[in-house]
Amino acid sequence: MTTHTDRRAIQVEGTVGESPLRPDGIAKLKGEFEYAQDLESEGMLWGATVRSPHASAIIESIDIAPALSIGGVHAVLTASDVPGRPSFGLEHSDQPVLAGDKVSFWGEPVAIVAAEDADTARLAAAAVNVVYREQVPLIDPEEADLRDEVFRRMRIRRGDQEVTGPVVVEGYYEVGMQDQAPLGPEAGLAIPDGQGGVDLYATSQFVHVDHEQIVASLGLRREAVRSHPTGIGGAFGAREDVNLHIHLCMLALHTNRPVKMVYRRSESFAGHVHRHPARMWYRHTANEEGQLLRVEARIVIDGGAYASTTAAVLANASYFAVGPYRCDSVSVDGVGARTNNPPCGAMRGFGAVQSCFAYEAQMDRLAEALDMDPLELRRRNVLATGDEMPTTGQLITTPLPTAEVIETLRAMPLPDVDRTSLPGGSGLTSEPKDVVRGVGYAIGIKNLGFSEGFDDYAQARVRLTPEGAVVETAAIEVGQGLVTVLAQIARAGLGISKAEVRHVDTSKIGSAGSTSASRQTQVSGGATLEASSRLRERILEQHQGDDLNDDGVWRSGALVVPMDNLTREVWEETVTFRHPATERPDEDGQGAVHADFAVAGHRAVVDVDPELGMVKVVRVDTAQDVGKALNPDSIQGQIEGGIMQGVGLAIMEELVLENGVIRNPNFTDYLLPTILDAPDVEAVLIEEDGSWGPFGAKGVGEPPTISSTAAVAAAIRLATGKQLNRVPIRPQDISLGDR
Amino acid sequence: MFALIVEFTLNGSPTTARVMSPGSALDVLRDELGVFGPKSGCEQGECGSCSVLLDGVVVCSCLLMAGDLQGSVVVTVEGVAGDQIHPVQTAMHEAGAVQCGFCTPGIVVAAVDLFEHNPHPTGEEIKEALAGNICRCTGYGAIVRALEGLSEAAAR
Amino acid sequence: MAEGAVALAGGTDLMVEVNFGHARPMDVVALRRVGELAEWEPTRIGAGVTWSRLERHGPIALAQAARTVGSPQIRNAGTLGGNVGTASPAGDGLPFLAAVDASIELAAPTETRTVPWHEFFVGVKRTARVAGELITGVLLPEAMPERQAFGKIGARNAMVIATVCCVVTRDTSGATRVALGSVAPTPMRAWRAEEMISSIDKPSESDLTEFARLVSEEVRPITDHRSTEEYRRHAAGVLARRLLDRCLR
Repeated sequence: MTTHTDRRAIQVEGTVGESPLRPDGIAKLKGEFEYAQDLESEGMLWGATVRSPHASAIIESIDIAPALSIGGVHAVLTASDVPGRPSFGLEHSDQPVLAGDKVSFWGEPVAIVAAEDADTARLAAAAVNVVYREQVPLIDPEEADLRDEVFRRMRIRRGDQEVTGPVVVEGYYEVGMQDQAPLGPEAGLAIPDGQGGVDLYATSQFVHVDHEQIVASLGLRREAVRSHPTGIGGAFGAREDVNLHIHLCMLALHTNRPVKMVYRRSESFAGHVHRHPARMWYRHTANEEGQLLRVEARIVIDGGAYASTTAAVLANASYFAVGPYRCDSVSVDGVGARTNNPPCGAMRGFGAVQSCFAYEAQMDRLAEALDMDPLELRRRNVLATGDEMPTTGQLITTPLPTAEVIETLRAMPLPDVDRTSLPGGSGLTSEPKDVVRGVGYAIGIKNLGFSEGFDDYAQARVRLTPEGAVVETAAIEVGQGLVTVLAQIARAGLGISKAEVRHVDTSKIGSAGSTSASRQTQVSGGATLEASSRLRERILEQHQGDDLNDDGVWRSGALVVPMDNLTREVWEETVTFRHPATERPDEDGQGAVHADFAVAGHRAVVDVDPELGMVKVVRVDTAQDVGKALNPDSIQGQIEGGIMQGVGLAIMEELVLENGVIRNPNFTDYLLPTILDAPDVEAVLIEEDGSWGPFGAKGVGEPPTISSTAAVAAAIRLATGKQLNRVPIRPQDISLGDR
Repeated sequence: MFALIVEFTLNGSPTTARVMSPGSALDVLRDELGVFGPKSGCEQGECGSCSVLLDGVVVCSCLLMAGDLQGSVVVTVEGVAGDQIHPVQTAMHEAGAVQCGFCTPGIVVAAVDLFEHNPHPTGEEIKEALAGNICRCTGYGAIVRALEGLSEAAAR
Repeated sequence: MAEGAVALAGGTDLMVEVNFGHARPMDVVALRRVGELAEWEPTRIGAGVTWSRLERHGPIALAQAARTVGSPQIRNAGTLGGNVGTASPAGDGLPFLAAVDASIELAAPTETRTVPWHEFFVGVKRTARVAGELITGVLLPEAMPERQAFGKIGARNAMVIATVCCVVTRDTSGATRVALGSVAPTPMRAWRAEEMISSIDKPSESDLTEFARLVSEEVRPITDHRSTEEYRRHAAGVLARRLLDRCLR
């Protein structure tokens, strides 16, 4: 397999390194872009879902007759109507398509309805009479650990486990349950084909894995189901798991009518996985010079009722428990607990966010114990290319400019105090004399791509058509700009300036894998580069040319095949791109477990009103390791968006649970940052050759969320002198007592 | 639920719709009239993705009762510039202020409303005008840059 | 208004209930374009006056409160009458009404009556309005206090339900009013704190501290998913003190 840094990017308009505008931008701005919730089909019915109001209960009976008797209701289906495999799941098929004899989390689907319109469907859903016998829900992940209700246990042991040292810092940290809250709720349309099969258009991050689960639960041949990439209003991890996909297909096949479903916001909160809440115990041991001698951690994450991706999230949290630092004696124990809380799974950062909050707080405490500048302490321990990962022992062979990240952040100018922009905003709570400024730093590390031996690949096809180059892919565009950058890569590989991306369904192309793990630019981009480069080579070889551009094939300065003629020939190339293989870990968690890494750092400037506990995040600056910036403006967008989510986790976002029930499943009480909460952001992109991504590119989506939360927390601690061991930090945490 | 007929002006054209009451204008626009620009994001006026101009000012169409459309003048994102592209749309496109785009129609409408009433808004005024539009993807940076740029250009 | 009919102005409260399936009003009186309800005189604000107008033209503390209500979309639609009728403990306009001793005007087919604010707001989302009555206006006193200050605490910089909100007014005679929201089932006045500080011509630091303590003591907040009783009590005292400080400058 060719290394992709070997390929030179052909300099054509719209190639890599530029920031061409999004091809779907105008359509989105005019309101013409079709999202799953905008789809319609002749004769379409609407679906709705009956959900459990209890976190744990036995189902004694389900009476669907009251629902069926409502005019306009076409179907009411329960667990016994699932034709094939009764359960689904990303790592284990442990989640029932519809609950049969018991429910294990608040909001678990119990029945589904199809009716003439959305309102009737909802009325019918409310009319289904389910008799529950409530059970005491298991809601404490540590209690779950004791009962061995566990999805996965992690054990990492590296180096001499008896190491001691003169400076020891211990701490306990918590991260609350954040939600991805993509603005576009779950939505989909399933259209039966009249021959026992179905086409599904639904919000998703990975249509091929949806397809697999749908086929299994419907008991159909693979060819009978087509899963189509569809316009989606954001994802951030909430669209990896199946939610309405199998339900819609069941209703469509049962009624032989197209069926549409759109989740309402509160249902959306119940209907998708959340970020794992985490409890972390740490002990850092160092010598007097600040060198890390040993790091011990115990991490407990609450996976909720079903497995989803808890095993992988726990692995990530554990593998990144030390952070981007060298340390030769490490012990990490991790627990992914099974409870009756709502299921948790992928959210941008995937476990590394939680650990970073803890280890960066520890590093600051260690710096204080050593009376050392916090950045200096970090600098003395940076992990770099050529070092071994502190947890897995994996030799780092790709760029890892950790020291440069720190130095870049340190050198960025600090903003002046703005006396007109205060915590509390228009609430007029605070005056300049009430406000203290704090500046905090944090750095973090994230893996790119899937790990632990997972066969991680993406297929893409490049075709030359009269309209230019077309990249065919099932790789989902969630807003990150994949459709822009894949076209850039195709231009750079093929050498022609007209290129666009077209999404095709699961029957027309192989899997591109998940749009997650910051992987698509690297793997789908890798496939696109390989395919477009090979296509160019084959065209030139066939026509004995030495150049290909928008005009056609050239030889020795003469145009030998005009483009019109060339595109009458059939030219296409399909490539399945795999990143370098990773290993499964041994029983001590050792091995070359990850495909690539990215490091990033954040510096947060906050103004705090300590008496009221109000916070304004003034500025978050960042330096991020990107390999090669294929589209600088898109990267800036990912950075600003990721930082905003990190700030949200730091000071305002949390799903509040009471006995397994979400108390705030709406946008009034699950607070998302508004434009008035957005900090100014300055980002420096650090480019360094050597990664296996196209032209050396690294994924950029997750690093902005890894350490931004920790930086904001550090800044608030410095402004207030409070310990603040938990995020989100609430006004009472700052203004009352010491937490 | 009961049905009634409302007559109103939609994007410049007289429109008649059969609506179910109580229900929202957003549902009427989308499900009855096939106008999909305004999006359904929260059903409670917190996210702004359903924003439309109602009798000349920006409101959340999910909070407008369907029957209350009677006799009103409604402009959705599809109608802010007729067949043309509005300077707000151009500015946002060029600044890279669109990612998933779900919030975009609502932001366009709110920004159009702002510039209609205030041709040279300051950065603070821009932010206050868009405080009711949640974006989960962009972190708002590019949106602010787009509209500040537009304000500066309008001032020249 | 017919009995059982529901008044609809901006819809910013009612439509949330409808959208969530909690309300299915069959008889709706749409008031948005009833011009008389939006009339505004010095001592009477029509129930249909929107937050947008109040933000631009209202008395100082009410304008400040209006600016914090929701978003521009909400402010263009929501009305003072709606805020009064919903009577949420966290209603942003209500502390102002309490501070200036406003009255609520209620119109029925046969008569119109006015009810002082403290008799109108009787509990959480419960008022003295009887079926068939329409809130038509809010009556303000002739003389408004010269110094007015408003403050609202929430967990983000825009679009928040108040954790605590407060209006403090002081006139030239030193008479001070302290009204608070989100710290009791209805908007409330901190009478003892008012009495204490109104008699002091030039309050000292320790007077202000005592004033804050009295406010903290008088409020009756709860713990809910938005905040804790302890924090609300603490924040009420801090906020009231700061607002008074502004009135004294």
